[in-house]
Amino acid sequence: MDILASLFNGILIALEPINLGLAIIGVIVGLFVGAMPGLGSVNGVAILLPFTFVIQGFTGGATSPMIFLASIYYGAMYGGAISSITLGIPGASTAVATTFDGRPLALAGKAHVALVAAALASFAGGTVSNVMFTAFAPLLATVALSFGDPEVFALMLLAFATFVGLGGDDIPKTIFSICIGLVLATVGFDVVSGEPRLIFFDITGFSHGIRFLVLAIGVYGIGEMLWTINTSRYGSSMSNVDVSARAVIDAIKQFRHAWRGTVIGSLLGFFVGILPAAGATPGSLMAYGVAKLTSRNPSEYGKGSIDGVAAPEAANNSASTGAMLPMMTLGIPGSPTTAVLLAGMVIWGLQPGPLLFTNQPDFVWPLIGSFYISNVIAVLINLAFIPVFLWMLRMPFTILAPLIFVLSLVGTYAAYQDMFDVWLMVFVGVGAFFLRLLDYPVAPAVLAIVLGPIAEPKLRQSLLFSDGDLMIFFNRPIAGPITVIAIVLILLPLFKLIRDKLRQTA
Amino acid sequence: MRRAEIVTAVILGILSIYLMWKSGEAPSWNPDIARFDNIWMIEGEGPGSGFWPFWLSAIMLICSIWIGVNWYRRTSPPSQSEEEFLDGYGRRMLFVVGGGLLGFLILIELAGFYGAILAFMIYYVRFLGRHSWWATLSIAIGLVVTSFFFFDIAMRIVLPKGFSEPLFIPLYDIFL
Repeated sequence: MDILASLFNGILIALEPINLGLAIIGVIVGLFVGAMPGLGSVNGVAILLPFTFVIQGFTGGATSPMIFLASIYYGAMYGGAISSITLGIPGASTAVATTFDGRPLALAGKAHVALVAAALASFAGGTVSNVMFTAFAPLLATVALSFGDPEVFALMLLAFATFVGLGGDDIPKTIFSICIGLVLATVGFDVVSGEPRLIFFDITGFSHGIRFLVLAIGVYGIGEMLWTINTSRYGSSMSNVDVSARAVIDAIKQFRHAWRGTVIGSLLGFFVGILPAAGATPGSLMAYGVAKLTSRNPSEYGKGSIDGVAAPEAANNSASTGAMLPMMTLGIPGSPTTAVLLAGMVIWGLQPGPLLFTNQPDFVWPLIGSFYISNVIAVLINLAFIPVFLWMLRMPFTILAPLIFVLSLVGTYAAYQDMFDVWLMVFVGVGAFFLRLLDYPVAPAVLAIVLGPIAEPKLRQSLLFSDGDLMIFFNRPIAGPITVIAIVLILLPLFKLIRDKLRQTA
Repeated sequence: MRRAEIVTAVILGILSIYLMWKSGEAPSWNPDIARFDNIWMIEGEGPGSGFWPFWLSAIMLICSIWIGVNWYRRTSPPSQSEEEFLDGYGRRMLFVVGGGLLGFLILIELAGFYGAILAFMIYYVRFLGRHSWWATLSIAIGLVVTSFFFFDIAMRIVLPKGFSEPLFIPLYDIFL
């Protein structure tokens, strides 16, 4: 009852004109930054952090500046899906998985269905995570802490296994794709020993590693566009999309088919979000994998499944709230954006940690209240602007294609300000185009390059702890079952092969 | 397509062997460590720096051989296909679009992002898309102006300008 009363008071404070205005501006800014390829919530929050001192000077407290930054974070999570679906370029790393099915839907002239599914799933994910955050924050923070290195590695293994064990794609090509993504993730300096690894031809650009967005924009910006131009021969049903309000209303009705992906994404995303060092990107990719794994029609994924859009979108919104939990209750940021938010809280004189809820209720509850308000504002603004986003697709393809190429190059440069990354991105894109012609799946490589930097240190630290004994992944109560499920999934194609052979001989 | 499938599998197999070789590289500052010493467990340190990439590359090599076996047994769709890997249209597309992108990248180094965007948009919209000069210039100039105000002014991300740098100094004086 205390929680409900505190939340109600918090929502009332979040609805005060100044806070509501800041939330609306924050959501719009976030939507725009999130939709811009190469820029994500972390850019928006970091760039506007100094602006919050002006807000603090005006309002006199830490609540309004934090509401503003949290709204940007929310808006960016919604915005990432817009360019993933309409342009095929992930607006941010958190929206890469949305591209897997959002883009095929757009190419089939159903971008409105994908955009509406993304908006509503994001809203559902945000709402579920807000409720869980409100009710179980301190308890969940303790659960997250019980995840040690072996448990996190087992979880990563499960994510890879979902991609291998799904059938549909060519198994050796899928495993190859995962492994090359993991190997590319090791380029640069080894975080454990500090030794340089895989610095090809002594090119200094490789010493900072191959960044995830470089690979993602290369694959989905350049590679996807070359593929589209080659297959659609300058004509695509993408431009046949219906931009009317009625089409948006019809798409809202179709969202009922995406309930399963939304539920999976909302719950899994929140849980992955609260794990230290995980965050919204692994959360969305894992939600996509699990939604595909548990689907009755996994072969529809990657070809334009509404569930395939809803699962990662629900997950990235859910995870973004989840990532705030260890930040606020333990002082451990779960993502780069929450690290910036944490810095902001410290600058404003707040002490994140277990006592924050008891010592600073006048800060915590209005902030949580603003999560609910920002979520509602974001979905309304997003739905209202869908016809505008769709209008972009009505452009002639010979105008849209160069715009996408330009955004890919500028977005890659803007993310890291390094021309080496821009060259590498184009090289990766052309390579991905050739591999795609031969049915090599590229999504597992993208998944691997995100999860690789998390998985490798966890594996090595676990083996160091166990003195090289692999049983550490089997004899712990949480890691054990997850590892066994992952191995079963990896071996699933082999079981299917044996079953088919037995049927043939019978 | 069938020939491309096996050629690609061989190339990826060679790449896997190269990555295995490269993963076993010892750090140049320590001559006491031999190549491939780092791909095993190291006493008191756990797995070496080459452990993870080496064994993953080994799995990649196995997968390349597996793809080759599937090619021989004609079990994968590309290994059964008699279609061309890239037909005439595909080759031409790769030449004009890929060539345009390469030109774009080279121009960035010389004329900066904004000059390169202008040239690339004119090349693509006017010469490949055959749109009117009016439409071409409106889109190209509009994109350059929007990008400048978004990146350089609003986001404070300074894009390279190449030899066009002096043209932007008065704009910085006005807007920053």
